[in-house]
Order: sequence, then C-alpha cells, then structure tokens
Amino acid sequence: MKTDRYTLLLTERIIKRLLQGAALVTVFTTLFIIGTLIFETYNFFREIPLVNFLFDTEWTPLFDNKKYGILTLLSGTFLTTFFAIVIAVPLGLSIAIYLNEYTNKRIRNILKPTLELLAAVPSVVYGFFALTVVTPFLQRFIPALSTFNSLSAGIVMGIMIIPFISSLSEDALSAVPSSLREAAYGMGATRFQTVFKVTVPAANSGIIVSIILAISRAVGETMIVAIAAGQQPRLTLNPLVPVETITAYIVQVSMGDVPHNSMEYRTIFAAGITLFIFTFILNNISFYLRKKFKERYE
Amino acid sequence: MSFITFAPSQQKYPKTDSTIYPAMNLPKYKITIENVSSYYGTVQALKDINMNILPLSVTAFIGPSGCGKSTLLRNINRMNDYIPDFRLEGSIKFDGVDIYSKFIEVENLRKQIGMVFQKPNPFPKSIFENVAFGLRIQGIKDKSYIEHQVEKSLKQTFLWDEVKDNLSKIGTALSGGQQQRLCIARALAVEPEVVLMDEPTSALDPIATAKIEELVIELKRQYTIVIVTHNMQQAARISDQTAFFYMGSLIEMDATSKIFTNPSEKLTENYISGHFG
Amino acid sequence: MNNQKKNRLIDKAFSVWGFTSSLLGLIALAIFIGDILNTGLSRLSWEFITSLPSRFPNRAGIYTALLGSAWILVLTTLIAFPIGVMAGIYLEEFQKKSRFANLMEINLSNLAGVPSIIYGLLGLELFVRAYHLGPSIVAGSLTLALLILPIIIVTTREALRAVPQSIKDASYSLGATKLQTIWYHCLPISIGGIFTGVILAISRAVGEAAPLIVVGALAYVPFAPKSPFDSFSVLPIQIFNWISRPQSGFTVNAAAGIIVLLLLTFVMNGLAIYLRYKWQKKVKL
Repeated sequence: MKTDRYTLLLTERIIKRLLQGAALVTVFTTLFIIGTLIFETYNFFREIPLVNFLFDTEWTPLFDNKKYGILTLLSGTFLTTFFAIVIAVPLGLSIAIYLNEYTNKRIRNILKPTLELLAAVPSVVYGFFALTVVTPFLQRFIPALSTFNSLSAGIVMGIMIIPFISSLSEDALSAVPSSLREAAYGMGATRFQTVFKVTVPAANSGIIVSIILAISRAVGETMIVAIAAGQQPRLTLNPLVPVETITAYIVQVSMGDVPHNSMEYRTIFAAGITLFIFTFILNNISFYLRKKFKERYE
Repeated sequence: MSFITFAPSQQKYPKTDSTIYPAMNLPKYKITIENVSSYYGTVQALKDINMNILPLSVTAFIGPSGCGKSTLLRNINRMNDYIPDFRLEGSIKFDGVDIYSKFIEVENLRKQIGMVFQKPNPFPKSIFENVAFGLRIQGIKDKSYIEHQVEKSLKQTFLWDEVKDNLSKIGTALSGGQQQRLCIARALAVEPEVVLMDEPTSALDPIATAKIEELVIELKRQYTIVIVTHNMQQAARISDQTAFFYMGSLIEMDATSKIFTNPSEKLTENYISGHFG
Repeated sequence: MNNQKKNRLIDKAFSVWGFTSSLLGLIALAIFIGDILNTGLSRLSWEFITSLPSRFPNRAGIYTALLGSAWILVLTTLIAFPIGVMAGIYLEEFQKKSRFANLMEINLSNLAGVPSIIYGLLGLELFVRAYHLGPSIVAGSLTLALLILPIIIVTTREALRAVPQSIKDASYSLGATKLQTIWYHCLPISIGGIFTGVILAISRAVGEAAPLIVVGALAYVPFAPKSPFDSFSVLPIQIFNWISRPQSGFTVNAAAGIIVLLLLTFVMNGLAIYLRYKWQKKVKL
C-alpha cells in the first residue's frame, strides 16, 4: 500500500513536469522567433546601413539597382490596413452594440456564430473575392482603379476582421454592469442615449482593445494583399495603384527560388522584424489595456 | 502512531462499527485548535482562535456573515490550501497530530475529515459513481467492497430506498435535498472520522432541511460533526456544542443549551436574541 | 415632447442600422459564395479532385494539394493537440501567481497576435534549415502547430475555467489529488469546450497559406506525398497559384478549389459551433 502511494505521488510529479514542459514550448517559440529575426536582420544590417533602410524611398532588392527603403513596403501595409479599419470599425462597433443592446438572446445566438464565420474563411479566399469581384465592381465607378490596388484589398480585409471587433467589443459591452444601464434608463434615457452616454464610455478600453487587435491582424494579413494589392513596391498614398505590403513581399520572395544566405533571403527577415515590431507593440498595448479593464469590472 | 501517515491500509475492508469502538482509545478531544489566525493576503479572517471539539458530537459554528466561521471550518481539512495568498498561524490538531505539519499528506487527511458544502455539488456522473469516487481514487478495485460501501452510505443517508433502482441515473438530476444527501453519502463512503458541513441546508427547502437535520443527529453516533449554520434554531436543534464567532474572533463556546439560554457574553446574547446579524 | 420623439426616432434608426450592419458582412459573404459557385461549380467533379496538377487548366486537379492538406491536418493536430492541452492545463491549474507567471501571460497573448507569416519565417529558419527537415510536410506541420498552439491553449484554459469550483472542492474534500481532480472531473466537464477550440484551430491551420509558402511548400507538386518528409503543396497554395495565373481557365479552377476549401472550413466550423452549443448547455448544470 505504501508503495502505491509513493508511485501515485511520483507519477503526479512527473506529469506536472510534463505539463510544465508543454507550457514552456510557448516561451521557446517566442525566444526562437525573436532570435531568428534578430540573427538574420543582424546579417542584413552588416551590409545595409540602417539609414538607408529607414529613409530610402524605394524597395528594389530583387533588381540590379538595389534599394532597401522599408517605408515603401510600409506605405502599402498602411494603406490596406487603413481601409480595412475604416470598414471594420464602424460596422463592427454597430454590430456589437446592436447585438448587446438591441436584440434578444435568440437572435444574438444565431448572429454571433454566423458572423464569426467571416473570420473563419481562409484569407486566400478573400483575396480571390477582392480580385475577381470587388475590384471589377469598383472599376465601374472608379475607372482609374488598377487591377491590383490597396483599396479593394483593404475593403475585403475589413470585412474579414469585422468579427474581431464585433465579438470582442460585444464582450466588453456585456461586461458593463447592468446597474449602470438601469440607472440611465431610470432617468428616462432612451436606449440610444444609454448606449452612447453610459455603456460605450464604460466599455471604452475593451472596445479600444478590439480595435487594436484588429489593426494588428490587418497589418499581418498576407494572402489578401498578396493576391489583390499587387507586388509592386511603391511609396504612395494613392489607393488606386498597385502597391506591395511587407507580408506580400515576403510571399513574393518565398515563391521564388532565393538561395539561403543571400541578401534577398535576409531581406525577408528584415521586413519580418519590422512587421513583428509593429504587431508586438500593438499586442502589448492591448494586453495592458485589457488588464486594466478587467481590474475595473471584475 | 499510525495516523501520522494516515495509512489507508485498513480501509480496504469494512471497519468495525465505531459505536463499539473501545472508549478508552478515544482521545478526549477529536480536534484541538490552538492560537489559529489566518489571512487571505493582508486581510485577517481569523484572530487567535482556541477551541476543542469533542468526538462523536455535533459542534455548531454560528455568527454573522463574514465572521470567519466558514474559514475555520475549511481550515480543519485544509481546503484553503489552494487559495493563493492564504496563510495560517497556530496549530490545528486532529487526534493530537498537527494537520499542518509537513509530514501530513493533505489527501490522506481529507479522507479522514470529509466535507459537505453549502450548495449540493454532486459530480455530473451517475449516483453510483458519485459515491464510489472517493474509494476509486484510493486505488480500490474490489468491486464487491465498493458496492457494499455505496449501499451502506446511501442507507446511512436514507437515500437508498429512493435511488436503489436508478443508481446509474446522473446525480445532478436528483432534487436539491436528495442531492445534498447524496453529497453526504459520498463523504461517508470513504469512512471519515469527522464530517465538516458548511451550511449544508442553506440552499434547501424546509422539508429537505428537516431530513438533513435528522440525518446529522443520527450520524453523530459514528462521526464527529462540525456544522456551520446561519440558522440559529438549527444550531439549537441539532448541536451539542455551539461556538459563536464575531468579526474573526471566537466570542464564546459552550454547551448549546447554555449558549442559547444563558450566554456569558453580552455580544452572544445580542446575536441570539436577534439584535444584529 | 418633441425632443422625446426625436430621441425615439434616433433610437429606431440605430436599431435598423445595427441590423443592417450585421447583415452587410454576411451579404458580402453570400454574394461572394454565389459568385464562386457560379464560376466554379461546373468545374467541380470527381476528376477535378483526383487529378494531378497540370499546365493545362482543364486537366489540372487538386489531388496532390488535397493530400498535402490532409497530411498537414493530421500531423499538425497530432503535434499541437497534446502540447496545447497540456500547456493549457498547466497554466490554468498549476501555475501560481508570480512574476514569471505574469510574463507567461504576456507572452501567450503576444504569441496569439504574431502574424502567421512570422511563424513561417521561424519555421524556415528553425525546422527547414537548422533541423534540416527541408521544405517537407513535417516542417510545415511543426510550423502550423506552433501557430495554432496559442489558440488551443487559450480555449483549453477557458474551458477549464468553466468548471465550477464546487465540483473541484467536492473532489478535493474526498482526498483526491490535484491531478485526480483534473483527470476525473475537470477534463470530462471541459472536454467539449476544448474540442471546440481544437477544431477551430485546425480549421485555421487548414486555411493557412502564408506560413507554408515561406516554409517552402511548392505550388506545383506533380506527385502525391508518401511520407512526412516529402515536399508538398496544400489546397490554399494551389488556389493561390491558380489565382495568380492569367488564363481564365485557371480562375475557374481556383473557384472550384475554393468550393472544396470552403466546404472543409464550414464543416469544421459548423461542428465546432454545434459542440460549443451542446457543451455550454451541459456546463450550466
């Protein structure tokens, strides 16, 4: 009997270690991500001065006249993200408010999972949508629109990230204590007034978190922009012309046969670390805000 | 001292009925609580508690909400171990052994000191598996022994006749009162010596409450029972000893009849007579 | 009085707008699916599914890509499921409050937000090059497994958190150890929620193209992969490849491929939603 007890405790200890090991995989993943990016980027910057990387206005690593101005790719990323957010924030927020304050539980239980399907559709599929449906449709009104452009890519990306904003904002809204709401109703406010004067302000940090996460998602989105926004790096704010985002560039290089240890190979890591830094900052802001929000209402 | 390791060896076979357990072997006090203070983080929940709990009796803890009575109860089988930032000073002795000593395995301790909770909390499993769980996790495989214990425990809680034909029914499908009796049966199946009850009737209707009270009186023939209750009439009806807590301190502990007729503390008298709480 | 009327009107108007917004995205999706079906459905046939890729659009099929996706799905699940659930259990049930624990939380939330293509870069450097796995199915699966690990961990933790404390208390009070409590009570109760998360995560992995492109999955694989160390393509990459080609025949192929991919995704998501629905009902005991 005594040994049974001993074996049980030993097994528990071993299993606990195993579980801990599994949890540590996440730590190593982060370390490896940062490690690889820094390692290859270091090799990159041994040859290319940081000033050129930051201030050159062209990105032409694949041509003879090589230029490495990351702003070029960033402008593409900025444009597509901008249009995505312009579409997703008003729609996503309206949906969140509508679901939380204006519908009954039954409709919400149907609408919410259905909307989440939008985020479940693979992004390569959205790329096809942007290229073959949205761009031709927009060209009817904007003849100057090229086949590849940041406008359609951004709009479609916006549709894709609607659920990010609507779901997370809805969670934030429903975390607002109903006593606050009742107080407003008690003073004769309409639903609309209650929502915009009481509930939304009370949930603001949760809503901001959802928007930040959506931006982070849009910045890192790859296939839509690789398909519909083009592969021509160009420093521009014109939504009608082809551009290339950071992510699309990485895909473009990966599709080709670039020898490892070449300069072209390193450029994707330099581009990658730029992308990583942006999403890293956004994610940490949202983590911090979410924590604040939780402390307030839990 | 066999109870230092709380060796489960004798649990493999039915124990002799403890009503005929030789009286000379019984220590004077089943549980001794000495200078116990406990804290949740920086909040002090208990202040220097001293008390003795008699074996084979019912001891009631009463007092207003937040007075520390539940905290003390949970300290007796170390249910607060998993609460982060929880801290305890002083000692609690079970049959003379300090249960917070590092030689104590908390799982074995809990097999000897069972617990019943405020809200009935049967597992979402069959009635049979609910009662058998405590035996199964001890590694007992003897099917006839398990069946014997399940039947015995369900009979002890007067539930056997109500459920014997539906032992495979899920425990959560029973009525509230039946669920609570199932939880008591589940605690009894591992043959504890002490049963701690944390407001076991607060979620039940008066009829179910009456049944549980009857059961508690019945059970003290074999078990030492400590019960936390909000209901003073309940304490008066079923307990032998009553301890009155107020703001983390033990104000008074005495025979129940004395506490309810002639308390020595003014505070107790005020509480008993319904002036606050 | 007038003011009150105006307020009520605004309220009504917003209600209509909210409803319209909810439908807008779905309408876009519906238009798109209609368009895809219109373009691709005629191309969809048994032959399309069982044909190898080809330079000629009307002869090309998705056989190798589909097999690649199947390989990836199975291997990724085999890697990510146990690790993710185990890590979730550890973080939710065993990790005590500490500075390191706080770092783990930040880390996890960060990982969930790292763009998938960055995981591709990690996979390329770590699995393809450092471990010499080459642009193989294993390298791709390992990469995707790391990608979906945070999703599985987070949903496992949420599911475990839904287990009522009273059940755990009951188990502990009978002398069960922590692991016994998790194994006999927490996991059986939360398994529905965990499965939901795992299915959603796998569905995400099946739809991913970017990280696999970076790892080196090919657009043109003329043979079916036979072992996990073979090179491969997956359905989304095959579709991407067809979209990038100018001939309209390939656009039709892409649409047909998308129908298959969407079917896979929707079936998995439907299953996940159904499981979650059933599970939520069960947990609210």
